[in-house]
Amino acid sequence: MTTTQTLPRSVTPLPPTPRRRRRGRAPAAQLWQASPLTYLALILGSVLSIFPIIWSFIIASRDNSAVYEMPPTPGDQLFTNIDRMLANEDAAFVYGLVNSAVVSSVVTISVIFFSSLAGFAFAKLKFRGSNALLLVIILTMMVPTQLGVIPLYLMMVELGWTGTLQAVIVPFLVQGFGVFMMRQYAMSAVSDELIEAARLDGCSTWRVYWNVVLPALRPAAAVLGLLTFMQTWNEFLWPFIVLTPDTPTVQYSLKILSSGPYQTDYVALFAGTALATLPLLIVFLIFGRQIIGGIMEGAVKS
Amino acid sequence: MSSTAGAAPPRHRATPPSSTPAPRRSSYRLGRWDLKYSPYLYIAPFFALFGVFGLFPVLYTVYVSLFDYELLSGTKEFTGLENYRVLMEDAQFWNAAYNTLGIFVLSTVPQLIVALILANLLNRQMRGRTLLRMGIVVPNITSVAAVGIIFALIFADRYGLINWLLGTVGFDPIAWRDNRYASWFAVAFMVDWRWTGYNALIYLGAMQAIPKDLYESASLDGASAWRQFWTITVPLIRPTILFTVIISTIGGFQIFTEPLMYGFGLVRGGADHQFQTLAMYIYEKTFTGNAEYGYGSAMSWLLFMMIIIFALINFALVRRSVKGDRK
Repeated sequence: MTTTQTLPRSVTPLPPTPRRRRRGRAPAAQLWQASPLTYLALILGSVLSIFPIIWSFIIASRDNSAVYEMPPTPGDQLFTNIDRMLANEDAAFVYGLVNSAVVSSVVTISVIFFSSLAGFAFAKLKFRGSNALLLVIILTMMVPTQLGVIPLYLMMVELGWTGTLQAVIVPFLVQGFGVFMMRQYAMSAVSDELIEAARLDGCSTWRVYWNVVLPALRPAAAVLGLLTFMQTWNEFLWPFIVLTPDTPTVQYSLKILSSGPYQTDYVALFAGTALATLPLLIVFLIFGRQIIGGIMEGAVKS
Repeated sequence: MSSTAGAAPPRHRATPPSSTPAPRRSSYRLGRWDLKYSPYLYIAPFFALFGVFGLFPVLYTVYVSLFDYELLSGTKEFTGLENYRVLMEDAQFWNAAYNTLGIFVLSTVPQLIVALILANLLNRQMRGRTLLRMGIVVPNITSVAAVGIIFALIFADRYGLINWLLGTVGFDPIAWRDNRYASWFAVAFMVDWRWTGYNALIYLGAMQAIPKDLYESASLDGASAWRQFWTITVPLIRPTILFTVIISTIGGFQIFTEPLMYGFGLVRGGADHQFQTLAMYIYEKTFTGNAEYGYGSAMSWLLFMMIIIFALINFALVRRSVKGDRK
C-alpha cells in the first residue's frame, strides 16, 4: 500500500552488482572535471532545496507578530512556541509522535522481514513459477493502491479497526519494492556455495535464511529500512481517512494544527512542522550516504 | 541434543531444540518437503497481504461503483452505470480533472528535465559530492504535510516570501490562490521541490552505469559535451527515464496532500475549487457530507483509467522523442 508520491520510484530492474562508491577511489578516468559553473549550479540547487526547511525553522522561532518579517532572521521564541504547540490538546502532538514512531517501526521491521524472506526465496531457491511470480511482484508496484481506499475503508469499518493503529499498520506490512530490492541484493551478496555448505551442515531452509542469508543481507536491509521508515512516517492520506483526532499520527496532528481555530497561530504550527521533520532530518544526516546509495542503486537500467 | 546433520559437525545451532533425535528417514522426507514447498511459504505472506489490502480493494472499487451506496441515508442499492452517467455531467468532476491534469503537467515536465540536468552536473569529478547530493535530495525526506504548510506561507498572498521578492524587484504581487493558474503553479512547485533531487539521483545512478569509453571515443570524434549528453547519455538511460515518467504519472494523478495543505487543510481546493484535484474531490464526496461511497468509487475507477491512459500516452511520447540505443 503506497500512496501518491510515496510510491517506490526506484524500481527498474538492476543488475545485481553491488556498486561500491568510495570517495576518492573513483575507478579510472572520470571524464569531465566539474567546472566552477557546475559547482555554482549545484550549490544553488542545494540552497533552494534546503532553504524552505531552514526558513520553516526560523518561523518556528519567531513571535506571531513577526511571522512575515523580512529578511528571514531567527527570533528567540522557539521554546515558547514549542511549549504552546505541545499544550494544544486537540492536536495531541506528542501522542502523534509516539504513534508515528510505533507505526513506522512496526512497518519497517515487517517490511524488512517479509521482503528479505521472499527476496531470498526468489534469488536462491528453485520453485515452479518463480519467474512469473516475480513479475507479478514487479507489477504490483505499478498498482495505484490509493484508488482502493474506499473499499479498504469499508473493510476497516467491518473489522472495527477505524481509529486504531492496526488500521495504518496492517495494510503496509509488505511492499513489492522491498521484495524486489532484496532479491536483487541476495543474488550477488549470498553465494550458492555458502547456502550449499549450510545445507550440508544440516540447516533447514529456514535456518539457512535466518543464520546465513539474513546476516548477509544486512546492508540492503538497512537501506530498505531507512526508506520504509521515512515513507511510513510521512504517510498522510490513509491515516487522515481511517484515524480519528484522538489517535493521530504526527502528520495528522500537523493537519489539525494547520486548520480550524489554530490556523492563525503560525509560529506554533511551524514549531510542529519543525518537530515532525527533525527526527527524519537527524536520520538523514547520519545515514545520508546510505540513503543516497539506496536511491541510486534502484536506478540502473533494466 | 544434536541435529539431523548426522556426522557433520554442527556449525550452526541445532534445529528444533525440542525434538528428540529424529530418525534419519523422516528427516529426509522433511528435507524434501522443505526444499520443494517452503519457498512458497516464504513468498506467501507478500501475496496474501498485498492481495487482501492492496489488490482486492482496487478491484472491489469497480463493484462498489455500481451501487447507490451512501452512509448517512443508509442506502445501498444496485444502480448499474448510473454513477458514471451522473459523473459525465458533474461539472465539478471535470473541473477537478482539468486541475489535476494541469498540475500534473506543471509538476512533472520541469521536474524531470531539471533532474536530468542536475544528474548530468553531478556526474563528474568533484569535491563535496556527497554533500551536494544530500543537499539536492533533502526535500524528499520532509513530509508532504509539512511541505504544504511551509509553501502555503511562502506563497501567501499578502506577505508571502515570493510576493515580497516580487515586490522588491518592482512587480505586483500575485494572487497565489484566487488565480487558478497561479495556484496550479504553487502546488506544482511543491511537487517539483520535493521530487527533483530524488529523480536526479535515480538518473545519476543510471548514468554511472554508462561505460566511460563511449564518451572517450565520442570526444576523439570531436563531439561537444552537449552533443554527447544528447547522443550518448540520454539514449542510454532511456529505460530509466521511461520508468520515472510512468511512476510520476501514477503518483502525479493521485495528488492530494499538497493542494489540501495549500488550501489550509480544506478539500474544496479554493473558493471556486480552482485547485481541487480529483483525489480531493473523491475525498470530499466519500468521506464528508453524505459519504457517497458508490459515487466516490466510480470516480476512483475513472481516475484509474485516466492513469493508465496517460501513462501509456506519456510512455509513447517519451519513447518517440528520446532516441533509444540501437545496438
